[in-house]
Amino acid sequence: MFRVIAERFRQGYRTGKFPRQEPVLPEPFRGLPVVSPGCPEGCRACVQNCPFEACAIDAAGQVTIDLGRCLFCADCPACRHGRIGFSRDYRLAVRNRDDLIMKPGQELALAERLGRELHRLFGRSLQLRVVSAGGCNACEADCNVLGTLVYDLGRFGISFVASPRHADGILVTGPVTEHMRAALLATYEAVPAPKIVIAVGACAIGGGPFRGSPEVSAGLDSLLPVDLFIPGCPPQPYTILDGLLRLLGKR
Amino acid sequence: MSASDSVKLFNGGVAALDSMPVLPYDLFADRVLREFSTAARVAAYFGVLPEEPGEGVELFAIMARERHGNFVIYRTRVGETFQSLTPNCPQLHLFEREIAEQFGVVPSGHPWLKPVRFQRSLRPGHDAWGRDPALHPVVGDMAYFQVEGEGIHEVAVGPVHAGIIEPGHFRFQCYGEKVLHLEISLGYQHRGLENLLIGGPHPGTVMQMETIAGDTTIGHMTAYSKVIEGLGGGEAPPRAQAVRAVALELERLGNHVGDIGAISGDIGFLPTASFCGRLRGDYLNMTAAVCGSRFGRGLVRPGGVYFDIDAASADRLRAALDRARKNTIGALELFLDTPSVLARLEGTGKVSRADAEDLGLVGVAARACGIARDGRFFFPNGIYRDIFDDMIIDENGCVYARTRIRQREVDVSLALVSRILDNMPAGPVRNAPQPLRPEALCLSLVEGWRGEVVHTAITDPNGRFRRYKIVDPSFHNWSGLAMALRNTQISDFPLCNKSFNLSYCGFDL
Repeated sequence: MFRVIAERFRQGYRTGKFPRQEPVLPEPFRGLPVVSPGCPEGCRACVQNCPFEACAIDAAGQVTIDLGRCLFCADCPACRHGRIGFSRDYRLAVRNRDDLIMKPGQELALAERLGRELHRLFGRSLQLRVVSAGGCNACEADCNVLGTLVYDLGRFGISFVASPRHADGILVTGPVTEHMRAALLATYEAVPAPKIVIAVGACAIGGGPFRGSPEVSAGLDSLLPVDLFIPGCPPQPYTILDGLLRLLGKR
Repeated sequence: MSASDSVKLFNGGVAALDSMPVLPYDLFADRVLREFSTAARVAAYFGVLPEEPGEGVELFAIMARERHGNFVIYRTRVGETFQSLTPNCPQLHLFEREIAEQFGVVPSGHPWLKPVRFQRSLRPGHDAWGRDPALHPVVGDMAYFQVEGEGIHEVAVGPVHAGIIEPGHFRFQCYGEKVLHLEISLGYQHRGLENLLIGGPHPGTVMQMETIAGDTTIGHMTAYSKVIEGLGGGEAPPRAQAVRAVALELERLGNHVGDIGAISGDIGFLPTASFCGRLRGDYLNMTAAVCGSRFGRGLVRPGGVYFDIDAASADRLRAALDRARKNTIGALELFLDTPSVLARLEGTGKVSRADAEDLGLVGVAARACGIARDGRFFFPNGIYRDIFDDMIIDENGCVYARTRIRQREVDVSLALVSRILDNMPAGPVRNAPQPLRPEALCLSLVEGWRGEVVHTAITDPNGRFRRYKIVDPSFHNWSGLAMALRNTQISDFPLCNKSFNLSYCGFDL
């Protein structure tokens, strides 16, 4: 007993100060993409080069990046001229699939608070059932870590629960494999209404690295109405936490 | 045994396909069984579609030989059916099932012939179970082993579990609280990875390799990079090998510490559970300080590494390690010095050494049963050739042994990372990629934190992948978990499961 107390003192107090204090992310961290201006007229190389079809050229001839498909690759092959880079801005969560398409000169429409009625119900207490549907276990790990004392999800009134019957919504990771589709839909059905759906990670949003495999779906929003999209491969834990807090109007 | 029967390779070695004789199946079976009798074991055994279609299936058996520090490869070709070797050699059971599922050839006499991942056959029209080729196989659709009798009941768990974990289905046959048998049926995470790799490497292949099992990003990516380097006729520069080793050991540290925390949480010893949950993050953040990603995405690339660890970043890493070391050792010692913890862990979920040998377990699970099996020691490559001699082995094969192995390996890895950082070789960190050698086989083994990750590539005449076979350590070890549950209380399952902590996606591919 005394050893436990002594060890506890040595380990110290470790809960982070988020959201009062912004997290310090390492220098090579890859957050919100940045497209530098000055693409040569008619260059469409990035559209072809990105293996996951994250880049497109819009009607005005500007490069757009779909954050739902982008894997934030360190060696991003899209632009050989180095015009596509990454900032350290970790805030990426949005409410609508279309808002993930990053247009030059336009701020990302970060997630807004839930509507009035849902906010009244879930704003102070949100219970989520996590469904892992074919991912690589990295998104799952970064959701799990929110329960540790550094992030201490419980202090925001959010917790992950064991049964869909106890949940206010589901948080889905993975590209929804053929083999997980029925189980996912059954879990969703088992959650009492009203309920919300959160897609975490590139896989859940659009298939991620497995995009195009006949064994995975095209994206969670083709199966269920999604209330929050959190991009990344996997998203930084603070990206997930920021998204959840925005949804509850706590940021 | 004549030399022309087989090809021998060292870890990372390449052989021309035409140097590998295609043995008649009877001779192949004889040779493979003879290898088992001389303490070799299966590292990979898989089918390949022959180049001219309609000619059955080629099989490659890759046997690891710790005593010789090398691998021996046998090759054969079968038609619609072949004699199963599983009755004589149980560790082949899942490999033969996989061959049956992927190519629709039947291993006759297989005692447990059930689907592995419920995937479609790669040979359209050939299905080992005669299922309708127009329909996708239904996951979990198989006959489960059932115990019958008065007082026997069945418990089914999954695919969706109570915690934040990957999906899988577990069937327990119980008599009261006692588990008589556990059957594990997976496939829910099947993403069709191996099919995506045919004809590769493609532009997206590296990201797929990094997400075979996200918690083993460095392990799988290093194995893949070595395959590409081997087929290109080179090796990564020494400095890159050192960076990879640092990353691999950080991956081991993060996962081992996290696992001990999870075991601690499962038995309700909350101090270590919460310390380790945080410390695991500290190790992941060290990896992120090097490459921006907590899981090491983007760090390892064919030809070397994409991020160097320069002097300043090595200093930062050393400082972070010093901060984490004391707390890690303290948290783990507190856990394993507490009598009530030992009472709960010791003797729970025991796997005998004989069962572990028969099932061909690898990694932590094998070493906990007294088996000397560590790729860093027996099949070292890169910097491990010079730096690693500290293989950890325990004896009892129980949850305590698996926990204790992790604790001791944490000590070893902490020392290893410091030593590597103090002796970083100079020079470049990446070589230019070379075209891949056509019509060749290359294999590489990396001792990831769970156990050995084995990748094998076979190239076509254009130097593209005709077949890319991935064997995650979990593929060997899930049967070990099932064995560990025999005659234990069903309430021991979460604890046993945590002590193995196997990958679902690494198995399901």
